[in-house]
Amino acid sequence: MERIPILRMGEFLLVTIQVDMHDQLALKLQDDLTAAIQKHASKGVLIDISTLEMVDSFIGRMVADISGMSKILGAETILVGMQPAVAITLVELGLSLPGVATALNVERGMALLRQKIDSDGVDEL
Amino acid sequence: MADATMSNVLKKSGKEIQAGWAKDLAAALPAGKGRISAIELEQQTGEFLKLITAAAEHAKASDITASDFKPVREFLEGVSRSRAAQGFTSDETATFVFSFKKPFFAALKAEMGKDADALAEQTWKATELLDSLGLHTVKTFQKSREEIINRQQREMLELSTPVVKLWEGILALPMIGTLDSARTQVVMESLLQKVVDTGAQIAILDITGVPTVDTLVAQHLLKTVTALRLMGAECIISGVRPQIAQTIVHLGVDLQGVTTKANLADALALALKRTGSSLAK
Amino acid sequence: MSSSGEAPLRSEHDIVLARQLVRKLTQELGFSLVDQTKMVTAASELARNTLIYGRGGDMHWEVISGSERRGLKLKFADEGPGIPNLDLAMTDGWTSGNGLGMGLTGAKRLSNEFELDTKVGGGTRVTIVRWK
Repeated sequence: MERIPILRMGEFLLVTIQVDMHDQLALKLQDDLTAAIQKHASKGVLIDISTLEMVDSFIGRMVADISGMSKILGAETILVGMQPAVAITLVELGLSLPGVATALNVERGMALLRQKIDSDGVDEL
Repeated sequence: MADATMSNVLKKSGKEIQAGWAKDLAAALPAGKGRISAIELEQQTGEFLKLITAAAEHAKASDITASDFKPVREFLEGVSRSRAAQGFTSDETATFVFSFKKPFFAALKAEMGKDADALAEQTWKATELLDSLGLHTVKTFQKSREEIINRQQREMLELSTPVVKLWEGILALPMIGTLDSARTQVVMESLLQKVVDTGAQIAILDITGVPTVDTLVAQHLLKTVTALRLMGAECIISGVRPQIAQTIVHLGVDLQGVTTKANLADALALALKRTGSSLAK
Repeated sequence: MSSSGEAPLRSEHDIVLARQLVRKLTQELGFSLVDQTKMVTAASELARNTLIYGRGGDMHWEVISGSERRGLKLKFADEGPGIPNLDLAMTDGWTSGNGLGMGLTGAKRLSNEFELDTKVGGGTRVTIVRWK
């Protein structure tokens, strides 16, 4: 069955969405991802959409859901690489994804995750 | 058959018609402007004559939307566009077709002068045909002019909203003039692309030059801010004057956590701090 | 390039195909990248509504001409239950549990023209147009 691959990058997980998403694929991704977060005790998830030329409310909801689920499991989610045309369209659509952190690319995303996690650690002390 | 007459006359007297037409055209065009050479005129009139002769031969009626007239329409569209680009007026352009009438009617008369009714009928058919073609020329001309104007407007919009790289990772966009939806579109597109191209982390929108901020303008600003955020860039709005601050509060506009500064210098200082602190790590 | 056509919307895969078709059409018509994206996204929203809420239907597309311009018209039609409360449906964020909330208002915002015709028990037809 078709599934979106999840890469492990140290304490983070990287999900690259390149194909056209549909219902089953999205549900499968959520299953796989939550399982992976738990298995590896991951602190962060990067969702890379740099090759997506379109993001609709379905995908937007999926990302928001993943962000919510990950948080409950102790991981931060960062959405990276949104294309300008997609950003403009989403804003027009009225979808601003308020609870989802964003970064320009994977590299920045990782730096941001590191920052967030480190500051979390400081709080705990 | 009515139309066979037209095409026969065109075929038989083509040379004379073209000569008379070209002469009239040259006289009609503003003297000394010389924007169209005699050779070009010769080519254009010859081509039109050829195409309309062919169309008249096969066409059932003088309906220029019929496929038989497609080559004629396309040719005229080409002439219109080039006239528009060269700066001719719409009536100078329409003259191309309308001045065809005189020599053509003269040829018709010479051919069927004895039969008044038939001549009247032919003249009417020809008038209908040439008027439609003339109008089509004007329509195309206007469309071309509009496209040119739109392009120029867009270029002006882009020129008046230059995105500037202030520092590594920091872009600034001094907005000058009113902020409407067309402007906002252009702003968003060029700004967001610049963010990708330079890998900027912070974009400073300076609204010192924006005269009024009402609900609509605030909405446009917020759209830009949101789009930037979705791409992972932060936004600071600078140049907020006291009146604008009042307006924002009175309108109940929710700036959604965007930092605002009174001037560009303060915004830059803040931006440096924000980008600097992440680098220090 | 032909000037009209139809695509079924009976499965998730059909939604993907419909999106790709709209992308291709808007590209061929010379729409800007942002305008292409807006139309493809609107189509995706409406196609999904047709499938999930309308229980399957079709997308009809047509290249249309205005006085001095060309555009793309998309019509999403289904024989589903229809929308009972239009005002509510057109309010942002309203959802019937199937994610209907964003689709209609979103597609409207992303298009130059928007038309909705629905009857309870008599299906729904949504038409959007974007001009070049």
